Amino acid sequence: MAALQSLRLPAKLTDRLSTGWLNFAVLFLILLPLVIGVGLVIKSLPLLEQASTWKMLSSAEFSPQQGHFGFYAFIMGSALVTLLSFVLSAPVCLLAAIYLTEYSPAWLTQTMYFVIDVLAGIPSVVYGVWGVLVVVPLLAGYVAPALGLSTTGYCLLSGGVVLAIMAVPYMLNMLMEVFRSVPVELKEASLSLGATYWETIKWVVLRKGITGIIAALSLGISKALGETIAVLMVVGNVAKVPKSVFDAAYPLPALIANNYGDMMSVPLYDSALMFAALLLFVIILVFNSITNVLLSRVKEV
Amino acid sequence: MQNRKILEEKFFLWLMRLVTLSIILVFLFIMGIIIKKGFHAMTWEMISQEPKGGFYFGKGGGILNAIVGSLYLALGSTFFGLLLGLPVALGMNVHWITKTRFVGALRFLLDALWGVPSIVFGAFGFALMAYLGLRASLLAGIITVTLFIVPIFIRAFDEVLRTVPEGLMEAAYSLGANKTQIAFTVFFRQALPGFITAILLAFGRGIGDAASVLFTAGYTDHIPQTIQDPTATLPLAIFFQLSSPIPEVKARAYAAALILTIIILIISVVSRLSTRRFKKNIL
Repeated sequence: MAALQSLRLPAKLTDRLSTGWLNFAVLFLILLPLVIGVGLVIKSLPLLEQASTWKMLSSAEFSPQQGHFGFYAFIMGSALVTLLSFVLSAPVCLLAAIYLTEYSPAWLTQTMYFVIDVLAGIPSVVYGVWGVLVVVPLLAGYVAPALGLSTTGYCLLSGGVVLAIMAVPYMLNMLMEVFRSVPVELKEASLSLGATYWETIKWVVLRKGITGIIAALSLGISKALGETIAVLMVVGNVAKVPKSVFDAAYPLPALIANNYGDMMSVPLYDSALMFAALLLFVIILVFNSITNVLLSRVKEV
Repeated sequence: MQNRKILEEKFFLWLMRLVTLSIILVFLFIMGIIIKKGFHAMTWEMISQEPKGGFYFGKGGGILNAIVGSLYLALGSTFFGLLLGLPVALGMNVHWITKTRFVGALRFLLDALWGVPSIVFGAFGFALMAYLGLRASLLAGIITVTLFIVPIFIRAFDEVLRTVPEGLMEAAYSLGANKTQIAFTVFFRQALPGFITAILLAFGRGIGDAASVLFTAGYTDHIPQTIQDPTATLPLAIFFQLSSPIPEVKARAYAAALILTIIILIISVVSRLSTRRFKKNIL
């Protein structure tokens, strides 16, 4: 308690000052999402007054010079690249998480924590560099020709692969947490009834953790949905709905990031980009809220 | 029947091993490529000089402007993030500890903010700049990145603060301490390792993010002199140079990616070591 006595200012004064600081900071944080939402709405109003929201969401025609802003191709681009990354990463994470929590030796689990740590820390632009150096030439030079197709390599699948890898640390970490929270007694009961270890996992661990699993996977989806730079670097950026995984796509975040340069010279363009940001903000906020409700239920049980 | 059970378990066990191994291999593959490519392109000039004339056509100079710019930006936003985040994280665990619903709602809000992608913060930062009459500058970049990393910092610090035993608070109250003293001396000291991890996490996110500074920090070949100058950042240096058709310029993107990765690795290692170091004096 020596630290308490060494405070130089009178305790009452510091208490008041810090409470004021505290109240200011928390008020700021509570208002932040509101201000972001309102700010983006105000900025996209000029566009919203011109065309109906539904028409913009369902039209695929995007030609800013003519004043046509249809977001359908971008929404589909985002949805498809996210779906692809989910299909690639979810089974991998699920299996790895089961192995690391139920079977693996302690040293391997410790090593994986380090790997997860570093993978989560690598900036997205570095993943993008890796994608351009490895995934793109691999798809263009080997995978597509082997299937009798041709592609530039800058395509939906490249984006999906890079995103899948980026989602791994988040999903895996959460899934491991979920599996570790399943009570040992339940597993013991199942084992004592003669179930094998794998049966116990299938019928007890997976079933008990289902809410947590859904939450962890949807966290990965929402991360993939908002990822910008890495996807932008490998996905090709053509404003059309892709017909195959070897076609280029153009997700929403890439649209915002790519057109910053010209957006001021074309009328309503900046408004359209702000609307795209608003779309992302709302989609992800709703998505995350659902995830968090699910997660809080897991923690209570 | 018995055989099938065992076969199934064996099959899945091997599949799981394979999948876990593949994650490690992909990790090594990424690190290997970044290190190999970056190492080839790395020169002393790269990290000690600003770009010179003709830099973007493959002539001399380095990316010191981006390294220093990124450090300024990340330090600035970590500082402001701390200013906003520290009291909230402490308050959630000391001042409002009895108001469980309020704290729960706050955590919910922070989790939601944590998931908002940085490009949205970037777009909002851009709108805010127009409103405040700022141009693309170090200041605008710091504001945007601060908003982006505050939730990350608070949630990370909060996770550790929650583990501080309640008995400590009761003991401190019984000795006549007020809430501020408990928060800033007892709780802060107890959660110091978590605090350092959280700060470094926020710093790492701040230095590595490209989408939030794309609109707000601008880009320049010089080290910013004042907070109102535009500034180059490492992620954007990588991004812009990689899209160049000139091989020498592209190679610089690899070197810059290596520098950024090394910074992130250093942060990760320091975080681990300091956690161990500061854990010693904890009750």
